[in-house]
Amino acid sequence: MNRLPSGVFNTSYQQDAQLFRTPVQRISLAAFLVALIAFPFVGNAYVVSLAIIVGIYVIGAVGLNILTGFAGQISIGHGAFVGVGAYVSAILVAEAGVPFLIAMPLAGLVTACVGLGFGLPSLRVKGLYLAIATLSAQVILNYIMNNWSSVTKGTSGLPVDSPEILGFVFNNDFSYYFLVLAVAILALLFARNLQRTRIGRAMTAIRDNDLAAELIGINLFRYKLTAFFISSFYAGIAGSLWAHYVTLITPEHFTIVESINYLAAIIIGGIGSVLGAVLGAVFMVLLPEVLRLLSDSLSGIFPNVGLFFSAMKDVIFGLIIILFLIYEPRGLNHRWQMIKAYWKLWPFSY
Amino acid sequence: MTPILQIEHVSLSFGGVNALTDVSFQVQKGQIYSLIGPNGAGKTSLLNSVSGFYHPQQGSISFDGQELNQIPPHKRARLGIARTFQNIELFQHMSVLDNLMLGAHNQLSAGVFSSGIYWKWAEKEELAARREIEDIIDFLEIENIRYQPIGQLSYGLQKRVELGRALALRPQIILMDEPMAGMTVEEKQDMVRFIIDMNEEHDTTILLIEHDMGVVMDVSDYVTVLDFGRLIGEGTPAEIRKNQQVIEAYIGQQ
Ligand SMILES: Nc1ncnc2c1ncn2[C@@H]1O[C@H](COP(=O)(O)OP(=O)(O)OP(=O)(O)O)[C@@H](O)[C@H]1O
Ligand SMILES: [Mg+2]
Repeated sequence: MNRLPSGVFNTSYQQDAQLFRTPVQRISLAAFLVALIAFPFVGNAYVVSLAIIVGIYVIGAVGLNILTGFAGQISIGHGAFVGVGAYVSAILVAEAGVPFLIAMPLAGLVTACVGLGFGLPSLRVKGLYLAIATLSAQVILNYIMNNWSSVTKGTSGLPVDSPEILGFVFNNDFSYYFLVLAVAILALLFARNLQRTRIGRAMTAIRDNDLAAELIGINLFRYKLTAFFISSFYAGIAGSLWAHYVTLITPEHFTIVESINYLAAIIIGGIGSVLGAVLGAVFMVLLPEVLRLLSDSLSGIFPNVGLFFSAMKDVIFGLIIILFLIYEPRGLNHRWQMIKAYWKLWPFSY
Repeated sequence: MTPILQIEHVSLSFGGVNALTDVSFQVQKGQIYSLIGPNGAGKTSLLNSVSGFYHPQQGSISFDGQELNQIPPHKRARLGIARTFQNIELFQHMSVLDNLMLGAHNQLSAGVFSSGIYWKWAEKEELAARREIEDIIDFLEIENIRYQPIGQLSYGLQKRVELGRALALRPQIILMDEPMAGMTVEEKQDMVRFIIDMNEEHDTTILLIEHDMGVVMDVSDYVTVLDFGRLIGEGTPAEIRKNQQVIEAYIGQQ
């Protein structure tokens, strides 16, 4: 339930529908924004580059959450869709000379159409069968990236230009951070707005009870495809930002591992919640880094332990995720809501 | 009087089971029309055929003069056919308010873009719908459970919310499948009151399946009796009470 702190009352439906309802919410949001803006001024190059990657994953994960979390359509092809966006954007800018500011949304659109095509089976199949169908999207798209070498340069990798907007070139971490931040904020707001209005509600209804959804007049075909479209659009945007950041893209980055990472992010964060997708993306990007730092520092003290640890890194990564799913099945978002509720009622929380 | 729903020679079978055999009847605009019959008589199958969820092999169903056979379920809802279910089909993980707002889905028109932007256009529309939903909430006296998820509600309240969602469609007809099954006497009285009120105030036609004979005889304008998929009697409640075949097949048996 939405529990408002005492003393705060909704006096109109408009207030009730607001995203940020209480003064405390608004102030903490503003403070958080200020912190985000100040971050690259105080952080070193390493943490800023991490933050950029987190931002890009946030966009991708929020997109997948619209498809899987809102509409309940599982996809194991999201990583490949991100790849489509990356290649399309890179090629548009390099080959066709399209300005980045147009190439990025265009890459989103192309990816959205590709996603729509691979989403067509969702009209017929659900659950595991749909998972397999989207898996085939993953395999096919990755195959194309690998083998259409005249366009993608295959495994040797496609060089990508740094983006340029109105003469300004985003060729360092500091400026790129702000580019990603701006796009991520827009992406999040859009997703939150979708969620609280007609379109998002209809998608969630399909996830919850598709029979009832149909009998209250929701066109299942249309909304499932819409979900694939929007979700792939987000993937395309994330891919575009990724490509122009790393400036060399190879198909290896867009394999099934990437798709599973995205799925893990939304499950760990909390399926169906926008904030959850954000938390999950942060978790998935930072966890391997933390493990790497740990193994580095361990090998400094106990070389053998460090060696073992770095060999076992992937296993530990998997193990942590499994433990997480067992002990926090409703995701980080749920835990966060619990903590918030606790403080709202403190000291009378039972 | 004009017929709003016409069932003509409808037959429906599942493999070897004949759920409906040559069933014909008409529901007039503004009526409370009851469908009764023993378990397995085919009542729910008939409603499912009207909703478009089952496809009869023979016969035709028309709504407001329009033949429905080729029309998919979601479009039938838009024509003004709303529905409640024998085994509650709410959106379990959503709040009461969201369930009701979903009922108003087709009254709203914001697309992906304006929804995502929210500002102005989508907001205006959402708030207008919200006001209308609040009227339904008042009518059904469920103000205090607005924000609760369906899963936490009692069975009787869930049935009430389901009626609310149907009302949010602004329907011409509501197909109600055993809306009072499993309710306490008090909850039943409330439900009867809601049915009569919406029929009188909005002239909503109601096609009601109900096992409680007392309720059926009290509220119905007209009653049709099904047994083993066949129509075995119809008439006003007074006529049905006297119909020997009906008494044997159904009422007498209980
Ligand atoms: N989807 C289905 N598949 C197979 N048989 C079905 C299906 N739906 C209904 N039937 C069969 O059709 C017959 C009529 O069932 P229906 O549910 O319409 O009866 P009912 O009058 O609603 O009964 P009740 O009072 O128990 O709800 C039953 O024999 C039932 O087993
Ligand atoms: Mg039934």
